Amino acid sequence: MRFEAAYSGIGRLDRLSYRDTVVHRLDPRAKVIATLLFVVAVVSFPRYEILSLFPFFLFPVLIGALGDIPAGFIAKKVVAVSPFAVFVGIFNPLFDPGVVAIAPGVLVSAGWVSFASILVKFALTISAALLLIATTSFPGICRGLRRLGLPALFVSQLLFLYRYLFVLMEEAMRVVRARDMRSFGKRGAGTLVFVRIVGTLFLRTVERAERIYGAMLARGFRGEVPSIRRETLRPSDAVFVLAAGCFFALCRFVPVPQMVGRLVRGLAG
Amino acid sequence: MHMADALLSPAVGGAFWAGTIGTIGYASKRLSERLDDRTIPLMGVLGAFIFASQMINFTIPGTGSSGHLGGGMILAVLVGPHAAFLVMASVLTAQALFFADGGLLALGCNIWNLGFYPCFVACPLIYKPLAGDGRSARRILVASLASGIVALQLGAFSVVLQTLLSGKIALPFTTFLLMMQPIHLAIGIVEGFVTAGVIHYVRAARPEILDSSSSSAPLAAGISLRSVLIGFVALAVATGGALSWFASTHPDGLEWAIGKVTGKDELPEQEHGVPAALKNVQEKTAFLPGYGFKPAAGEPKEKTRETQTPAWPNVDAGTSLSGLIGGVLVLAMVLGIGWAIRAFRGKRSAPPSARPGL
Repeated sequence: MRFEAAYSGIGRLDRLSYRDTVVHRLDPRAKVIATLLFVVAVVSFPRYEILSLFPFFLFPVLIGALGDIPAGFIAKKVVAVSPFAVFVGIFNPLFDPGVVAIAPGVLVSAGWVSFASILVKFALTISAALLLIATTSFPGICRGLRRLGLPALFVSQLLFLYRYLFVLMEEAMRVVRARDMRSFGKRGAGTLVFVRIVGTLFLRTVERAERIYGAMLARGFRGEVPSIRRETLRPSDAVFVLAAGCFFALCRFVPVPQMVGRLVRGLAG
Repeated sequence: MHMADALLSPAVGGAFWAGTIGTIGYASKRLSERLDDRTIPLMGVLGAFIFASQMINFTIPGTGSSGHLGGGMILAVLVGPHAAFLVMASVLTAQALFFADGGLLALGCNIWNLGFYPCFVACPLIYKPLAGDGRSARRILVASLASGIVALQLGAFSVVLQTLLSGKIALPFTTFLLMMQPIHLAIGIVEGFVTAGVIHYVRAARPEILDSSSSSAPLAAGISLRSVLIGFVALAVATGGALSWFASTHPDGLEWAIGKVTGKDELPEQEHGVPAALKNVQEKTAFLPGYGFKPAAGEPKEKTRETQTPAWPNVDAGTSLSGLIGGVLVLAMVLGIGWAIRAFRGKRSAPPSARPGL
């Protein structure tokens, strides 16, 4: 069941990435750079910071909204990968018992504050990564990375991986389905059967690679995956990166929520 | 055991990205020097194969829980370390994008933890000598078990180190270590058995695949490795030093907020929770605490408070120094590994590199 769910999740992300919106039309390089700036800015906050992180939600929210990406889908995926961060962070309240006032009269252990900070950072960085692929497409990111200087060999490796990902996942899924139909509960799903499945898949993979190589040779393959797409940075890409960078810098170095709070209190009183 | 962005500091994430990029460049260069065109599609499809195999669950005998494959060891043995490292890096990149396993900053750490150790440490230093010519099933099993365990122990230790150097969690070093290492000992044993099984299966069906990969030299000696290491040193120190600059730029936002809420600049000493907690944690972990130095025992209290509320731009020696220490540690690790590989190669005469790994 898990296999099918993961497979359809990937397929859905992939389909989303071929939409045509303002965000999708931006150059992949611009989106990769902006996302990396975002992640570094978010992660650079000290461990007890929560409030100042909130303005950063603007970025994923904007990208998701402008890119027409369903928020619930992204949120579900964020929750699905959270266990490790939660598992490690949940010990903070145990080992960090100092008491902090989060509001007048409300006392909380400092560990809960840092745990919450980890969760907020987690949600921000993971949703940004998912939105990057959902608005750029895997081959788009690969082209962007190539332009940003990643070795050609590694980029063709990524492109080949993407090309055969769905083929091999479908093949593995058929094998798993066959195994599950022949096994009852845990019986038949043990290590020995698994080893044979992986061995068979490996051999089939090697044979497939040989056929692919033959087909590619016949089509004039000379060691690199060519691209006829010409990509030039447009003014809109530059504006996007600049605006995003300025926004992150502002939120990083100016405590925006506190200023807003003071402004509101000033207006009220 | 995917590392997550939220647990990392930019300095640690950046340093490991530098190491990973350097290793990708090195492996690509080494591979393209003696590349058979045929290897490119093979590597690509193998990446998809690992990606798919990792999604197949199997039952671990005796426990009833289910596990899944790592794959680094299998690849390193079957196609050689350079190709295996690139394949693992591509698989982890695809997972970071499609599943958001860990995130983008943590991707550098993840490739390092799950790719570097099996491909460049466990395979050449443990698997190859133990398995010998790879004709005996028992030797393959012993070699796979040992290298699987070592690779996962190193990976788990690396996760602990990265997390603690980042200073985002309060878990003491030893406790975290005691939690991570035994779990990964079990995972390593399972991985070792699966690796041995798959290698044995492939050997029985297509022996020529293994023969061609074992004849290719595991690591090149000489200038290229050295220049990569030097480049990595520079990158690690630069990123570690420069990025930790941003690590704690203004006083804790919480403290700031408390100051605003209560209308005072400082709370009375007994309610001053955050610095007290920080100090508490620093004393507990003592191993590269938060950012900056652990105050000496006899130091007056006033001084420690001063160091804990620095103003932007925060370039005091303590902060940049811990970033540098992080970079230097990674560096020391890499140099140690490089030294070990050299020492190992020095003992054995280099095998003739005949054909590139299939």
